[in-house]
Amino acid sequence: MAGVALAVPGPQRARARYETNPAIRESGAVRILILTISLLFFATFLLLPLIAVFVEALRRGWAVYVAALVEPDALSAIRLTLLTAAVAVPLNLIFGLAAAWAIAKFEFRGKQFLTTLIDLPFSVSPVIAGLIYVLVFGAQGWFGPWLSEHGIKIIFAVPGIILATIFVTFPFVARELIPLMQAQGTEEEEAALTLGASGWQMFWRVTLPNIKWALLYGVILCNARAMGEFGAVSVVSGHIRGLTNTMPLHVEILYNEYQFAAAFAVASLLALLALVTLALKTYIEWQVTRQTSRREGEHP
Amino acid sequence: MAAAITRRVLPGFGLSLGFTLAYLSLIVLVPLAAVFVKTATLSFSEFWAIVSTPRVVATYRLSFGASLLAAAINVVFGVLLAWSLVRYSFPGKKLIDALVDLPFALPTAVAGISLTALYAKNGWLGQYLEPLGIKVAFTPLGVLVALVFIGLPFVVRTVQPVLEDLDVEFEEAAASLGATRWQTVYRVVIPTLLPAILTGFALAFARAVGEYGSVIFIAGNLPMVSEITPLIIITKLEQYDYVGATAVAAVMLVASFILLLLINALQAWTRRSARRIT
Amino acid sequence: MSIAVRNIRKKFGTFTALDDVSLDFPTGELIALLGPSGCGKTTLLRIIAGLEWPDAGRVLLDGQDASHRHVRERQVGFVFQHYALFRHLTVFENVAFGLRVKRRAERPSEAAIRKRVHELLDLVQLGWLADRYPAQLSGGQRQRIALARALAVEPKVLLLDEPFGALDAKVRKELRRWLRRLHEELHITSIFVTHDQDEALEVADRIVLMNKGRVEQEGATNEVYERPATAFAYSFLGAVNQLPGSVQGQGIKVGDDLIPANTNSLALGDAAIAFARPYELKISTDSTSTTGLAARVNRVLLNGAIARIELVGETVLNGSGRPPELEVELTREELAQLELSVGQRVRLVSQSLRAFPYAAGQ
Repeated sequence: MAGVALAVPGPQRARARYETNPAIRESGAVRILILTISLLFFATFLLLPLIAVFVEALRRGWAVYVAALVEPDALSAIRLTLLTAAVAVPLNLIFGLAAAWAIAKFEFRGKQFLTTLIDLPFSVSPVIAGLIYVLVFGAQGWFGPWLSEHGIKIIFAVPGIILATIFVTFPFVARELIPLMQAQGTEEEEAALTLGASGWQMFWRVTLPNIKWALLYGVILCNARAMGEFGAVSVVSGHIRGLTNTMPLHVEILYNEYQFAAAFAVASLLALLALVTLALKTYIEWQVTRQTSRREGEHP
Repeated sequence: MAAAITRRVLPGFGLSLGFTLAYLSLIVLVPLAAVFVKTATLSFSEFWAIVSTPRVVATYRLSFGASLLAAAINVVFGVLLAWSLVRYSFPGKKLIDALVDLPFALPTAVAGISLTALYAKNGWLGQYLEPLGIKVAFTPLGVLVALVFIGLPFVVRTVQPVLEDLDVEFEEAAASLGATRWQTVYRVVIPTLLPAILTGFALAFARAVGEYGSVIFIAGNLPMVSEITPLIIITKLEQYDYVGATAVAAVMLVASFILLLLINALQAWTRRSARRIT
Repeated sequence: MSIAVRNIRKKFGTFTALDDVSLDFPTGELIALLGPSGCGKTTLLRIIAGLEWPDAGRVLLDGQDASHRHVRERQVGFVFQHYALFRHLTVFENVAFGLRVKRRAERPSEAAIRKRVHELLDLVQLGWLADRYPAQLSGGQRQRIALARALAVEPKVLLLDEPFGALDAKVRKELRRWLRRLHEELHITSIFVTHDQDEALEVADRIVLMNKGRVEQEGATNEVYERPATAFAYSFLGAVNQLPGSVQGQGIKVGDDLIPANTNSLALGDAAIAFARPYELKISTDSTSTTGLAARVNRVLLNGAIARIELVGETVLNGSGRPPELEVELTREELAQLELSVGQRVRLVSQSLRAFPYAAGQ
């Protein structure tokens, strides 16, 4: 639920703006106190858990670490996780573009309500996200009998995992794009049309370049959640080793079997994914700031 | 949608809105409706019997209580952290700023096993806490720790931008009128940040209520003691008690919807007050 | 190319933006659509461009019905109020855009595109900015690039939405002259929207004055200024003294004073309002006179060759119960002859007052 809009980091003028300003700076002791408390809190609650993953993963040495990752069940979990993300992310990307186009560029009744509905999956517990597909496609569900008659398995199979993942990552791209495209308005698209551009030319040459960073941002967050989702997938997976286990589920199984080093080894891959996600996210924010300031920098 | 009939100059309205509504209905609305349809097969007394058993009520108490407490803790430390990130310069600030989003990016199961390892009897933190009589892992306190972990970025990331946009002139004006630093912060800065703080609180709370992955490893999951509501849904499902699972899910969904409305109202308030300031 | 609109109607929800508007815009002229905000002028411009569809009515381009032609095929150059420059493209690529999106068969060669873009950048005198991004330009530069971009596709008409609205006063003045010269060079039929009467008076050949979705008056620029057809036209164009009262004898009774005025179309006793431009009022210091509006000199401002006298009426207006505030312009010589002093009682008279029907609350 990375519900944070693409924000351009504030100016790096903190020092001049705040710390040397006699009117608004705190005394040295207060400053040190605030810094100490907040950084200690940060270290205990965020940094330590992150470090612990890697330390625990390597506790029994590199050999055990590598063995845990190349073991067939681990490999199949990695494959399933990649497959799930490869289906869920592009679908939600297309949805995000469509929803943002309709909502940001046109006026229609019920628009605000639709925007709220799009955010809905973020406020639903992942467990319920899994449950609802069991109710629809499970053996006891609405389509259960029909599906089993036709030999189609959705729950306790890969399609269910993908569906649940799509649900929990549903709003990521849309919610990055909607506010940005609303702020950009329709004038540039209209200008492209008056200059003779076709609908697709307008989209590829004007709309897309204007939203590319926000789009990438949404995709990265969407992907991180898609690969890391646990609760929703856990409900619909059935935990069949080598078949319906994603990486997070594999971690759980190993952990519950007291194979701690192996569990943490797989977990460390997911933690790396998280770090790469954060790095890319920071890079995009940096790009956006840099472009804004570069383009505005030489203002005469 | 009456306006859809009029012609529009920009292309693609029908296609994009049509796809949006179809996809939204298929993936989100229809499956969610299944919860209420299934619940409706119960009479009210049957429903009430399921959702008010002592074991289920104990999970509400833990899930909502621990979530409230975690959100409150995050408000205190989240605001301090946001303050440090905006107002002070210190080595490693950019790195810390980037890592604040870790709970968003780190899979919950990973957070869960890592926190458990830290707070277990022989863990890095557990080994110091246990002799003091503080048991974290496999107790309600563990649930709280996990919920603090996942909720922190919500507060920081809603307060931080508002604090950044806050014009220093307000504080300079307060200082020039003779206010002490503490009076300025208490009477000028905090009221301005209040909508954002409350929004962050509500977001952290909403997320914590539904959280599953990071909690179940550290909670110990003892019925009546450290069992959270999402877990009882799963437990019921594993016992093939679909109706029971769905009834509890319906209670949680209603709570989520109410929270969603509250959060929407809070965010609108944040935007309004931001406009008033600039 | 000539432009005409016939019986255009447009509503947004319950708000009527355009109410049965018909107009002709002759070829080669520079026309101002003038009016207060919300009068429908921008909507009309967007309907002509094809950026908005009217609820009813037709748009004729060169006498042909273009009502159903898409904006892409109308060959109009549109300059947006906030310029709508593509922020991710350089100035050069912005101007080249219209050429690059042409169908392959019609698309000029890369060399031809470069040549055309540089010609246009030279035309707007900004060739040296070709590699900049829009955000690096000043407002006036953006405006000129937007114009060059619109001209690149060789439009038959040029439509400009509040072309100077977002600029500061000095740049605005320069750009007005520049646009006027450019129009004389190119002679493309051009329509621009403005709420600034000075801008319309200075730049346009013709003015279309709009109010509340309707055309109040249209005509050559000085004709509209000299002979306003309606009370609205009078009050909107140029500084004006407003004298509300009622028709009595050969004039209009304002408070207790009777002022001679042309009341042709009005009946005795009708509520009426008379307008006088500051230079049309004369000050009489003859203390025995009983005609004209009694007033007291409040302030004398001498600024260059023209003196501005601010006065307060001695009588009170029927509606507001307050005395009228008035302004008179004199030449420096006239002022010297009158020897006015602050607080002095005078009478204001005019040869050419015209009374219009007056609705309460106007």
